[in-house]
Amino acid sequence: MPIFCEKRQLVMPGDLLAEGDYPAGDNTYRENNKIYATRVGLANYDKRGFYVVALKAFYIPNVGDLVIGKVVEVGFGNWTLDIRAPYLATLRASDALDRPFKPQQDDLPSIFDVGDLVLAKIVAYDRTQDPLLTVREEGLGKITKGQIIEITPTKIPRVIGRKGSMISMLKKETVCQITVGQNGSILVKGNTPEDERLAITAIRKIEQEAHTSGLTDRVTEMIRKEKGGVENVPESK
Amino acid sequence: MDGRKLDELRPAKIEVGILGNADGSAYIEQGKNKILAAVYGPREVHPRHLALPDRALLRCRYHMAPFSVEERKSPAPSRREMELSKVIREALEPSVFVEYYPRTSIDIFMEVLQADGGTRCASITTASLALADAGIPLRDLVAACASGKVEGHLVLDLDDAEDKKGEADVPLAFMPNLNAITLLQMDGMLSVEEFEQVVNLALKGCKQMYELQKETLRVKYVAVKEEVAEE
Repeated sequence: MPIFCEKRQLVMPGDLLAEGDYPAGDNTYRENNKIYATRVGLANYDKRGFYVVALKAFYIPNVGDLVIGKVVEVGFGNWTLDIRAPYLATLRASDALDRPFKPQQDDLPSIFDVGDLVLAKIVAYDRTQDPLLTVREEGLGKITKGQIIEITPTKIPRVIGRKGSMISMLKKETVCQITVGQNGSILVKGNTPEDERLAITAIRKIEQEAHTSGLTDRVTEMIRKEKGGVENVPESK
Repeated sequence: MDGRKLDELRPAKIEVGILGNADGSAYIEQGKNKILAAVYGPREVHPRHLALPDRALLRCRYHMAPFSVEERKSPAPSRREMELSKVIREALEPSVFVEYYPRTSIDIFMEVLQADGGTRCASITTASLALADAGIPLRDLVAACASGKVEGHLVLDLDDAEDKKGEADVPLAFMPNLNAITLLQMDGMLSVEEFEQVVNLALKGCKQMYELQKETLRVKYVAVKEEVAEE
């Protein structure tokens, strides 16, 4: 059962990866017992099967994902949020209020208005309905402090790192609270705007260099150098 | 031909990701043709009632800018543009996994900035790259090329003068990895044997355009890699 690609080889949509019984993983499809790539990215394979780590892809909602959305519409008994996905998401008033919605009493814009940013979790999503959100859990709700950075959703796993290694390093080194939305939006809350800006620069660097190795160390070094530069005279390269 | 060999394509170069506002974009210069393609989506369908319950809606707009031809072309969509929009959509649709995104629309815009024959083929080639640039899952890239008969010779990639002078023009769009033709039209007169030869010639041209498409995507990735290496 032949394999036609090498590990970490750049492939394009339609490129033949393998022929045979292998499971077709992310960003691949099977036709006539052959596995092809569907997106531009790096092909790879392991015991799980063949898959492609896409260079660029938009966010597809998953139940249980933490996302940061922006309110685009205040409806009757619900809000509509843009979560940077092909579908707009809905947040029911009954969810935010924790009781049934009473039109005469409740003024929705006073809770969330158009333009507000909300940290929420996806509770329902399938082929027949748009994603449904909840803010009932600890830490969810309107975002009032900090800065938001938007990166391409495919790089989010890199920002988190293996077992959270990258994100814990970021939080420690920049002394910021960093909340990662699976839809590519990241909330950075620091004590000073400079700390937040540093965290944002670090995240941008991770996004740019996601496909390289030794990234965690390089980012740590960059952050320490930036911070050190405030007190000391920077060394010339 | 006007300079080239009978089976030689016009020199072409393509770039992807050149528009900041679109989800995916590509630009081609082939001979004197200059065409821009932009892709938006998958996104919510407006107007809502057009949404399909089980798949994405593919909408294509092929348009020629008023300055793209010698005599100013009115900006209003002509019957030709509407037909080409339909035909191009049908050429691209088999490559897109529309079943993955029900109730959304994928909008493709192709703007011809300068036209010199073979624009529908160049538009398809460019739009396919724009779809890949947008990160939309595809079965394969679609490459297109036209061939035909000019002054008795079977030729590849006709420009406007050759098309006007010639006896037949056969645009063709092809998905090489799946060995599937998604567009085949003919304008003119050919014998059955000539038609077969002309189709094979166009397929040859498509395969070359396909290599150019892949090279364009590859170059973009390498550019990102080099940026990283420079640091």
